[in-house]
Amino acid sequence: MKKIDSTKRYEMLRERMGNGDIDRRSFMGLLGAAGITAGLTGGIMSTMATQARAAGTSLNFEGWGGVVSEALREHAFNPYEAATGNTVVDATFGGEKEVLTKVKAAGNTDGHNILHSSGVSWYKRWVDAGYGVSLNEANIPNLANVMTSIIDPFRAITPGSLSAVPYDYGTTGIAYNTKYVSKEEAEALGANLLLKKELKGKIGGWGGDWANRAWYGALQSGQDPNDIQDWDAIWGKAREHRDLVLKYWGSGAELMDLLAKEEIYVTEAWSGRVAALQAQGHPIAYLDPKNGLAWMESMFVLKGSPMAESEELLNFMLDPATAIAVAEGQKYPSSLDPTKVPMTDMVKGLPAFDPTGKLESLVFRDPVKWAPYEKEQTKQWNRVSKGG
Amino acid sequence: MSDTAKEFDRRPWVLLAPSLLAITVLVVIPMSFILVYSFYENIDLAVDRVAFQLGNWQELLTDGYYHIAIWKTLRLSVIVTVLSAVLGYIPAYFIAMTKFRHKWLLLLLLILPFWVSFIIRTLSWIHILGNKGALNGLFMWLGLTEQPIPMMFNEFAVILGFVHVFLPYMILNVYVSLEGIDANLEPAARTLGATPWQAFREVTLPLSTPGLAAGGLLVFVLTGGSYVTPLILGGPNDFMFGNLIYDAVVSELNWPMGATLSFTLLVLLGLVVVLYSRFMGMNQLSKAFS
Repeated sequence: MKKIDSTKRYEMLRERMGNGDIDRRSFMGLLGAAGITAGLTGGIMSTMATQARAAGTSLNFEGWGGVVSEALREHAFNPYEAATGNTVVDATFGGEKEVLTKVKAAGNTDGHNILHSSGVSWYKRWVDAGYGVSLNEANIPNLANVMTSIIDPFRAITPGSLSAVPYDYGTTGIAYNTKYVSKEEAEALGANLLLKKELKGKIGGWGGDWANRAWYGALQSGQDPNDIQDWDAIWGKAREHRDLVLKYWGSGAELMDLLAKEEIYVTEAWSGRVAALQAQGHPIAYLDPKNGLAWMESMFVLKGSPMAESEELLNFMLDPATAIAVAEGQKYPSSLDPTKVPMTDMVKGLPAFDPTGKLESLVFRDPVKWAPYEKEQTKQWNRVSKGG
Repeated sequence: MSDTAKEFDRRPWVLLAPSLLAITVLVVIPMSFILVYSFYENIDLAVDRVAFQLGNWQELLTDGYYHIAIWKTLRLSVIVTVLSAVLGYIPAYFIAMTKFRHKWLLLLLLILPFWVSFIIRTLSWIHILGNKGALNGLFMWLGLTEQPIPMMFNEFAVILGFVHVFLPYMILNVYVSLEGIDANLEPAARTLGATPWQAFREVTLPLSTPGLAAGGLLVFVLTGGSYVTPLILGGPNDFMFGNLIYDAVVSELNWPMGATLSFTLLVLLGLVVVLYSRFMGMNQLSKAFS
């Protein structure tokens, strides 16, 4: 059916009146009716909406906030918006579980397009829950520069397609204030620095992830984090830690605030956030204990998102100039292969940076080993963290 | 009795209809859904099975973890309510009794905090009580202490945060109640030989009880339903029942258990209202504003 606009209709009406097909009274009556209809149906709003659509697509991005958001906004989203006319509306989430809860409650993914998703486990969860997409990799040529070692775990979950592009990686090590803890002591104690009784009330911990706590419990109880046999020992160590903790932090921004204000001297911490604190001049050192936790993050596209624009954004973000600028800003190494794309000295100096592009020196969480325990142990951690 | 009086008067129902409809659609129906959901079974994270089973309710009734949270919530709510009553009465009395021409300005100051986000107001305490906050800075500058005094991330900070946020509700209720008292009563008591304190204690205070009780009910219920304040200002041991609901829904993605806990909180806080009604009478609420 051919669509005609209001102007065309008016012209046709005027022509009919001019031809004598319609009298003046009927013409004015129809014109008035058309005006009322346009008013009631929001003709002006429709016009504005059309103009807004012509101005570009709006993409909703959710990420980790703080310096990470600032880096993405400055080095990726602003240039992308200027280059394409599309808009990126970025927001901070309290974790992907929060987004999953919202999406589940709403029954759709409206208002959610791209997530700064954490790890392979979450990639699997989103895909299994039916929120994944199949990216057209031909639209993301910069994907060719991404390390194969970081893409493979994602491809293993969705063979033949991807619903996300790996974007950065880092470690969760131990941050300590050098005014109160020496480098020698930190290295000697390793993960047990978090259990030092003399620091009671000056120790923090990441409260938002049971697996992180369990990983450190494994290190402290002498177990292989990817092959935990004794969960009681894990939670025993978590309780020991809890009794010394001032505050479990819930976001990277809170972590930085607690360390910068010297509310806490020691905590496990995200490598990039510590690097950001160091760049600000705070006396905070970072230690990756043996078998410390490494992780990778991806840009996950949710089902229902405008695909062409999303892929365009992902490709833009993976452009070497953009990805390196973001890496320098958020202090996490880029997923780009350093053997293919030359990195700056600043990126090479970031914690966890792997110059080989193989990531063999880092220990990641094995989703096959960890997934079966998630339901039961999440609950257990919530209790332990509250004195249970 | 005349026939007219016996006729069913529809007018109150017509007038009440929009409110009843809104309460039904926005409260009764959603809470019914929540009650139904509490019987579902959580199979895995974010995966629920439609069922009618009592597992969630059984866990709630038999697990001490939840009972501790209920106790902590009630205890903290009582502390915050009592503190708010004591601290709120004084400014309310002052505003009600002042001869200041621009009383509206004082009331405006009272509601001014509502223009700032609840979260921001709560976070502001970190900059006041923190190691590098205003208070510690002052103490160290005055030479009262060499090391910062730990004031954050404990129950004290949580109580302070609650009182700060909910105090205006108490003040406004007490103020409205005090404003309604005949201004001649206290002078009359004085002329009969009462001391100022006696006049206050035996005339003004009893007459302002409805406002105090209404404010108390509001503060108690609002505190009991909170979870953000302990999350921001509290330490590991400072949690309330609302935090367990957050854990169940957002962290464990166990909506049936979250529904069970939510409904329980509703019932518990509803019981407080029932108790209030039993001892104070709901008509006291309207008296507070008369």
